[in-house]
Amino acid sequence: MSTSWRFFRFASPAAFYPLAGMLVPWFGVVAAVLAAVGLYLGMLRAPTDATQGDAYRIIFIHVPAAWMSMLLYVVMAFWAAIGWAFNARLASIVARAIAPTGAMFTFLALWTGALWGKPTWGTWWVWDARLTSELILLFLYAGFLSLVSAIDDPRRADRAGALLAIVGSINVPIIYFSVKWWNTLHQGATVSVAAAPKMASTMLTAMLLMTLAFWAYAFAVVFTRARAIVLERDRHAGWAQASVRPPASAAAPGMQT
Amino acid sequence: MIWNSATQFFAMGGYGLYVWGAYAVTLACLAVEPVLALQRHRAARRALAAEGDSP
Repeated sequence: MSTSWRFFRFASPAAFYPLAGMLVPWFGVVAAVLAAVGLYLGMLRAPTDATQGDAYRIIFIHVPAAWMSMLLYVVMAFWAAIGWAFNARLASIVARAIAPTGAMFTFLALWTGALWGKPTWGTWWVWDARLTSELILLFLYAGFLSLVSAIDDPRRADRAGALLAIVGSINVPIIYFSVKWWNTLHQGATVSVAAAPKMASTMLTAMLLMTLAFWAYAFAVVFTRARAIVLERDRHAGWAQASVRPPASAAAPGMQT
Repeated sequence: MIWNSATQFFAMGGYGLYVWGAYAVTLACLAVEPVLALQRHRAARRALAAEGDSP
């Protein structure tokens, strides 16, 4: 009983704000350290690929960015749905805070993919199932962001955004399985839970470290943005006012109010 | 270390433009986004402080 009470305590913006603020620097440090080790292994230690030469080194940012683009969409749709179903304001705020970061990782997956496709496939872009569904993911993020910013009432905007996010989540399994369901130019999964990875262990370690780095980065940025949105929305709440000024006793010693 | 020289490293076996083009844009995005998020947070705190001063 007391455990669940403690868990739900952080569903209140007043409790979330300082907790997230404490966690942000740690996620930032973890992201930087993991990225440094991952890039060291990937760019300086991993061998040159036998068929793709050194162009394959784009994998260390392409695959983590693509994974994050899908993961963040699922997490965004989940919190948007929780915020709608249980009228939980903080959940909707977190969903909104995720969207720009998810959109950025989607763009990076497409950008790094284009720069990898040109030397290996001979083209920047093809309208195959994997690339097209990833582009649709970018449009879904953009649609979510423009929809919630177009509606003035924040809670109405949250509900409209949640509906779009939930309906759009059908696209995530389509992206993931597109290389199996259709005959695509994009290669199949290099790493999956069902089979042994088809790559050298240094390459795999570097790629997984970069994925964890991107994941920690996403936590740091999403929490920072969520804290900003919490303050923007709760600007009339006493706790928000108190959070931007020193305690009354320190500011005005001896004054009774 | 698999490279014999810095030149070799930056050339990336002839794929330098593609590899560094991908890494440069990724680095730029990952550097700018946290700054924007922090600015938004700072702006929210400033607006809040200003509101408290003139109710």
